[in-house]
Amino acid sequence: MSEPILSISGLTTEFKVGKEWRDVIRNVNLDIHQGETVAVVGESGSGKSVTAMSVMRLLGSNARSSGKILFEGQDLLGLTQEAMQTVRGNRIGMIFQEPMTSLNPVLKIGEQITEVLMEHRGLEHRAALAEAERLLEKVRIPSARQRLNEYPLSFSGGMRQRVVIAIALACEPKLLIADEPTTALDVTIQAQILELIKALQQEEGMAVLFITHDMGVVAEISDRTAVMFRGDVVETGLTEQIFRQPAHPYTRALLAAVPQLGSMNGQSLPLRFPIVDMATGQIEPVKPTVDTVRNDADPVLKVERLVTRFPVKKGILRRTVGNIHAVEDVSFEVREGETLSLVGESGCGKSTTGRSILRLTDPTSGRVTIQQRDVVSADKQELAVIRREAQMIFQDPFESLNPRLRVGDAIAEPMVAHGLAGASDVGERVGKLLEKVGLSPSMADRFPHEFSGGQRQRVCIARALALDPKMIVADESVSALDVSIKAQVINLLLDLQEQLGLGYLFISHDMAVVERISHRVAVMYMGEIVEIGPRQAVFENPQHPYTRKLMAAVPIADPTRKRVRQISNDEIRTPYREAGFVPPSREYLKIGEDHFVLGRKQERAA
Amino acid sequence: MSSYLFSRLAQTIVTLFVMSVLVFVGLYMVGNPVDVLLSSSATPQERMEVIRAFGLDRPVWEQYFTFLTKALQGDLGNSFIFNQPALDLIFQRMPATLELAFVALVMALIIGIPLGVRAGLKPKSRISRLIMTFSILGFSLPTFWIGLIMIMIFSVFLGWLPASGRGDTVNLLGVPVSFLTLDGLSHLLLPAFNLALFKISLVIRLTRAGVMEVMQLDYVRFARAKGINEKRILRVHVLKNTLIPLITVIGLELGSLIAFAVVTETIFAWPGMGKLIIDAIGVLDRPVILAYLLITVVMFSVINLVVDILYSIVDPRVRLEGGSR
Repeated sequence: MSEPILSISGLTTEFKVGKEWRDVIRNVNLDIHQGETVAVVGESGSGKSVTAMSVMRLLGSNARSSGKILFEGQDLLGLTQEAMQTVRGNRIGMIFQEPMTSLNPVLKIGEQITEVLMEHRGLEHRAALAEAERLLEKVRIPSARQRLNEYPLSFSGGMRQRVVIAIALACEPKLLIADEPTTALDVTIQAQILELIKALQQEEGMAVLFITHDMGVVAEISDRTAVMFRGDVVETGLTEQIFRQPAHPYTRALLAAVPQLGSMNGQSLPLRFPIVDMATGQIEPVKPTVDTVRNDADPVLKVERLVTRFPVKKGILRRTVGNIHAVEDVSFEVREGETLSLVGESGCGKSTTGRSILRLTDPTSGRVTIQQRDVVSADKQELAVIRREAQMIFQDPFESLNPRLRVGDAIAEPMVAHGLAGASDVGERVGKLLEKVGLSPSMADRFPHEFSGGQRQRVCIARALALDPKMIVADESVSALDVSIKAQVINLLLDLQEQLGLGYLFISHDMAVVERISHRVAVMYMGEIVEIGPRQAVFENPQHPYTRKLMAAVPIADPTRKRVRQISNDEIRTPYREAGFVPPSREYLKIGEDHFVLGRKQERAA
Repeated sequence: MSSYLFSRLAQTIVTLFVMSVLVFVGLYMVGNPVDVLLSSSATPQERMEVIRAFGLDRPVWEQYFTFLTKALQGDLGNSFIFNQPALDLIFQRMPATLELAFVALVMALIIGIPLGVRAGLKPKSRISRLIMTFSILGFSLPTFWIGLIMIMIFSVFLGWLPASGRGDTVNLLGVPVSFLTLDGLSHLLLPAFNLALFKISLVIRLTRAGVMEVMQLDYVRFARAKGINEKRILRVHVLKNTLIPLITVIGLELGSLIAFAVVTETIFAWPGMGKLIIDAIGVLDRPVILAYLLITVVMFSVINLVVDILYSIVDPRVRLEGGSR
């Protein structure tokens, strides 16, 4: 094989903490050849981003690296910052995770592209603008010339990431470093960006260093993979080999925790994730799931024709010129012990549905009944009772806990507020709740910052359970967690469902997680439920085109199943309508037992 | 945009009206200007004449109504003391104050921003700490005291700069200004710096905080990854984003510079409106006080409008729209 483009050997990077230096990555070795894609995969804190930043020498003055980073025969660690500047953005391009913040909000897109061309390729402004237009076309941005004069705010997340890619590729680099470039994007947009990177790589023949936490993405895109764990590369090899025969226990644990779309075919109940012993790599057998759905009793939650719209106002008189139809005529039921998942992409109205059910957002019309109590017309006292029956768990465990409140007090607060516990027994109940979610009662005295993300989400679950609810609305509750933690929290949710007969409304964008946890699934698009039915039916026999599109976009963590995909470059649309818009009447067609798909009357007529 | 301007204009008119009522009633309640104007030896008959001449014998709402009808015709009344239109009096003095305030503002910016950037880029260096110490002093030492000390050092001991007055002026577009003559400039330097001192400290702190924040942001990191040189990163990516919050504060501060010029004008005997208003308050010269306050309202409104427009130019995320904001 030819000489590698990039050859990292013995790279150790240390950060200065207080007075001492602490190593964050140790003795990293990695080669990347021309035209090759190497994925670096690991969970948060594994050092994968630090590795990339060390190569780019972007870590700042409180970090130092030792070892060798040979790029095109030059040791990057030996270069001055000035010399490094001619490498960055020129010979090595880089893309970051957050397309929303990678671009300067007050500079026009055109200027942000041309500045690279003028810096490295010495073009004058006019030539640079023409080149910038060509680059935007290359990353498939329509009407490129006009868009050069726009600011980032008029670009969607996916479009911004395209601009960022255009900038990174502006000087035809030999190596592209992509640091979680699709993590913040919706699945269909993620699929578009991955396809784009692959296509551009073939056109340019460059090498790609792809950093991600998502095994599905790894399987989709990479030729070789390096697995990082707490600052060490624990395993490197061909991607197929790593997926087929993982050598290191950590790799095995990671792979076991990855939900794989389609892995549940033929299975009708939810399924726990296998837990792997990190030391031995031994996989514990999965406990079989008990059927918890109580079909005999009345449903815990009943939603009928729920509509939530947000008015858009303009002009001096604040006239309502239109509405965002966030939730439009949505109906479903959740039974005791049942998990219904609301799945869809950002802006589809799934979170607003969850919030409207608990009246955190006031619905425009419709009926919501929780335990036979009407939510929409409830007064303050009734609402308090209802909110005891139905609790909510949010996405970000870092923001949903008050940093100045001990977790014990945070869990006790709802019980005291609702008069369910007195000063004498509240401590004991908090202890029991902590045990129930797999923490120890002695942790009650700690503050949220002393916990990891997964532990905090457990605390949030304990807090939600404090009032003995019958129903939990979980809004993207596992999305912010690392895969192995995610698997544990989902197992916990399934355990609690078995013990307490909880009904879950599980709101998520992650199809693979949804497949694992739900009994029934509702797919939302532009404020409507386009398909609803038993999980097995919806996943094995998707009927609505949007459901199919969503499923096709999910990366599959199996390199042998790499697909050639037809990806459209559509944007996700917003459900904005002019004032006075009357939604067409909708009709659900029955596909199978309890399985319905949205059809329009006029569509059938036409 | 035009609907935005229109709604802002309407807001300003409402503010002016409310302000005039408040001030009118407020002034009506404190003291009687006749007591101040007339000597104690005046006969009751003379007293009555003066009261009638000023229209002070009528009920307050009627006085206010007379004032309002005249005001709508552009007449804010004559000064009780000088028997000249109050507006004329103020407009005569206004250029001096505005010049002082603007020069102070420019000083605050050209001194404050570079120092703030320096302190923000290397917050731990010795120079940066020195700058921050200076800004604390600027905040905490009283203006009048520093003014006196400056007069002592630069005028009395060193004899470099004059201590009072405006110096030679030339007419610029019909308005007398000092900063275009050497003598005028030398007169301007001390009072303007004195007035600017507090604002310099403020600008330093704001700029420093802004730079430190922006330097951490993703797009600066991305600009580095693009291989853009540090000078351009600072000038284009960091500074422009730092200036955005600065513009709002500076706009409001310009208003307070004009208002607080009173102290500095008094110390340096600067012939501006600050001196005029202090005297007017002393003798309860109602029309002058009222006119001054109304002009201040208009000035603040205009400054705020300019700030908002500037803001929307600098920050594309802000779009001006009519109605409540």
